[in-house]
Amino acid sequence: MSLELKNISLAVEGHPHIYQTNLKLEKATMNVLLGPTLSGKTTLMRIMAGLEKPSSGQIIWNGEDITNRRLQDRDVAMVYQQFINYPTLSVYENIASPLRVMNKNKHEIEISVKNAAELLKIGSYLDRKPTELSGGQQQRCALARALVKGAGLVLLDEPLANLDYKLREELREEIPKIFERSGAIFVYATTEPEEALLLGGNTAALFEGRIRQFGKTSQAYRNPKDIITADVFSNPPMNFLKFSKIYENITFEGGVSLTKIDHLSNLPDGDYVAGFRPNHLDLTRKRADQIKFSVRINVTEITGSETFIHIDYTGKKWIGLVQGVHNLEPAAEISVYLDPAHIYIFLEDGNLEISASYATKVK
Amino acid sequence: MKKTRNQKAWFMVLPVLILVAFSAIIPLMTVVNYSVQDTFGNNNFFWVGLEWFEEILASERVHDALGRQVTFTAIILAIEVPLGIFIALHMPKKSGFWSSLCLVLLALPLLIPWNVVGTIWQIFGRIDIGLLGYTLDKIGINYNYTQNALDAWITIIIMDVWHWTSLVVLLSYAGLRSIPDSYYQAAKIDQASGWAVFRHIELPKMKGVLLIAILLRFMDSFMIYTEPFVVTGGGPGNATTFLSIDLVKMAIGQFDLGPAAAFSLIYFLVILLVSWAFYTVMMSMDKENDI
Amino acid sequence: MAKITLSNLAHSYLNNPNHDDDYALKTLNHEWTDGTAYALLGPSGCGKTTLLNLISGLLTPSKGKILFDGNDVTELKTAARNIAQVFQFPVIYDTMTVRENLSFPLKNRGMKKDYIEKRVIEVADAISLSNILDKKANGLTADIKQKISLGRGLVREDVSAILFDEPLTVIDPHMKWQLRTQIKEIHKNLGHTMIYVTHDQTEALTFADKVIVMFEGEVLQIASAAELFERPEHTFVGYFIGSPGMNILPVTIEEGNAVLGGHNIMLNAKYKKLNGKIELGIRPEFVTLTNDPFALPVTIDRVEDVGHYKIARARFQNHQINIILNECDEIKSATTHVIFDKKKINIYQDDWRVKP
Repeated sequence: MSLELKNISLAVEGHPHIYQTNLKLEKATMNVLLGPTLSGKTTLMRIMAGLEKPSSGQIIWNGEDITNRRLQDRDVAMVYQQFINYPTLSVYENIASPLRVMNKNKHEIEISVKNAAELLKIGSYLDRKPTELSGGQQQRCALARALVKGAGLVLLDEPLANLDYKLREELREEIPKIFERSGAIFVYATTEPEEALLLGGNTAALFEGRIRQFGKTSQAYRNPKDIITADVFSNPPMNFLKFSKIYENITFEGGVSLTKIDHLSNLPDGDYVAGFRPNHLDLTRKRADQIKFSVRINVTEITGSETFIHIDYTGKKWIGLVQGVHNLEPAAEISVYLDPAHIYIFLEDGNLEISASYATKVK
Repeated sequence: MKKTRNQKAWFMVLPVLILVAFSAIIPLMTVVNYSVQDTFGNNNFFWVGLEWFEEILASERVHDALGRQVTFTAIILAIEVPLGIFIALHMPKKSGFWSSLCLVLLALPLLIPWNVVGTIWQIFGRIDIGLLGYTLDKIGINYNYTQNALDAWITIIIMDVWHWTSLVVLLSYAGLRSIPDSYYQAAKIDQASGWAVFRHIELPKMKGVLLIAILLRFMDSFMIYTEPFVVTGGGPGNATTFLSIDLVKMAIGQFDLGPAAAFSLIYFLVILLVSWAFYTVMMSMDKENDI
Repeated sequence: MAKITLSNLAHSYLNNPNHDDDYALKTLNHEWTDGTAYALLGPSGCGKTTLLNLISGLLTPSKGKILFDGNDVTELKTAARNIAQVFQFPVIYDTMTVRENLSFPLKNRGMKKDYIEKRVIEVADAISLSNILDKKANGLTADIKQKISLGRGLVREDVSAILFDEPLTVIDPHMKWQLRTQIKEIHKNLGHTMIYVTHDQTEALTFADKVIVMFEGEVLQIASAAELFERPEHTFVGYFIGSPGMNILPVTIEEGNAVLGGHNIMLNAKYKKLNGKIELGIRPEFVTLTNDPFALPVTIDRVEDVGHYKIARARFQNHQINIILNECDEIKSATTHVIFDKKKINIYQDDWRVKP
């Protein structure tokens, strides 16, 4: 089983929505489409489902061209952000509905419905109407209906976006388990990097109608190919600053300069952009080779276990995420420290030149 | 929402196309055929070109009917739209028994067949047996829609307002109901006046449905036939002879098929043109909201 | 700006509530200090929106009183309470420009023209809207529209409190950071009393000086983020705050130690004899892996990479224990041992924390 998008593109009334895209999804994989609103996640899913015909290119399913095949004849199930169930049918009938269309016999239906309901923990609500359930249970019902169909391709379009934070956390933990049992190709759209990471599998980072990078989720997170992927894949957003290198000397924008960083010695002289994630900034020096920046505090936000510090470095706005509770007064001048191993180096056109050296050590 | 493109859909609409061809396109072609020919009987037709069109466009009788028609439609719109909005604004906001009752009462006039509406008002206004006419006559108001042109106009306008204002109310009400509560709450917090709430919240949010209501009321009132025909028959004199009544007189009363055909085509084009203009305005407003 | 006092406040949507469960908001007494940022945090249906609507005056409470600076406002309508509110979906006047939107509340209150002009510019500067003042409000993005809604509250200098009803719901993750910190900066600079309703713990904890955790109509704890994290007063608070939430394990207390499935866990303090449902709460952040063979033996089922940290899903007998590991930590074997930081352990009796 595999799904391949070959040179797919879509333009509506001359406006490109999806630029030429190639993507191959293998059997039994979880694939996350990660990107901000309007980056083309939903459109790409609609093309995969057959709700939208691409302007060019082919969709290949198990080696067969299905570009022009009707939605009804495709092996697809879909779950949306809104909780979509048949309001007049019981939960049981809701889950059973795709099986009834397939003319399965009564016994078979009962077994599949009960299994799916157990898996999604709504086994005791089968006689209720969807409107009598909480939001989380309604979405579980919709997920069960998609699963029971046994489709080869399951599309989930921000299925947790309308749920409470804690319910999201629960379902996020369950979805990978459910997926492992089904063996289908899962495609999951989200705007949140944490969600992509928790789901695991592969991630395609989307931005303005283009897939910027596709690969193993943790790999793409730690080895982004360009600035846009790095930024899409960072929450809080990645911090950036420019620097230039002449011989062994590296001078950061704002005046901090260094000589000799081991893994950068092969970098050709020139102007670059350095990027690093907020969690890699430290408030105290942890290693001798850390780079020191003098910054001004804008705001601090405390979550209880961690502190987000919003800082200003020579006019650039950065965010730092540090362990523990730190009450820092606004406008205070402090120093923050950064390990060079955590710096990604991008060319001025946005492409990655050197990945952060720590990334290869994470297993 | 973008629509799915699938060429097979065209086969599905084929039966409808055939039906429309028989019910609309072929009769329309017959009318076109008549409009460019003349006959002296015996089914001998000969080509006259655009002569009938020129005649109709220059005809004083048609000009008069058009003038009456435009006046009538303008009055109808000027009364029904504000009145409809006014009633919709004063309907119960929460769904429940009272709002359902209002909706049913309002829907009633819309459910009555047009010729029945005509008949009701024809009888209602009669001075010998009609409740309205008799009462007015008895309290000393000289009212007679069969003889006085103004009375006839007033009767027909009141009848139309009674019949159709509900449509505007229902559409506006639907528009009002779609406004989230938070807008009203924010307005309260901002201490907005009732007028400001109407002007800056309710009217902008109703704009879409209101345009549809105006379009529907324009088309319907511009083509009005049955009700005035039943009540006044176009009289007294020609006082309430609107375009469609005049057209029927010409076509069936005088059997001037050629001019009547040209007349109906011009009539058709006028309505099409105005509706198209409306549609364009509506679409451009929709786009503005999308951004 | 005002101090808000809730005195014996309770609300039911039923006409004749007689049962405790009939109340969407159970009896509440509290004083909210002037200039503090509060967050109402809880799952949907916990009563947080009810409480917000009582304060804004959209609902009149079934019982009790609300006082602003000592004045009873219980019966006052929304407009008379001098509050401002930012809703879940941005509310703006489409037909007006940004400037007109901001001046609208002042105009309605009959302020002088040159005062309005000056004030609108001040507020627009504070929330960085100055460069789009003359744009139509209609075509702007959701986050800017939310700022306009906020601005309409801020222009009024006499505003008692600003209420937020899940204001970041429709905002993209990256924009959330910006908007949230801007609201926070405004709070720091202008010192309004702010009340922020959300189901998102990160938003609540980072925004507020004090977080009010609610569950099923009841206020479980009012505390700072750090206190909620370290000392949750109720197991629900422990579960709800933190991601993943606190590990809650059934134990017995014997001779100063907690006993979990036959295994002794050292405690930092002595507890007296406890009856009822006894549980031990420990945050995943305070569970560490160890080679010590006498520590609690666990099996690691799965390790999830969350980017800046990892979550190990471990099992002891049939109790799930979540462990937070560093980004670079590695797990060598599926069977290992864990220790709990004894200073960070809380003990619960029938879901409420007991003091040693």
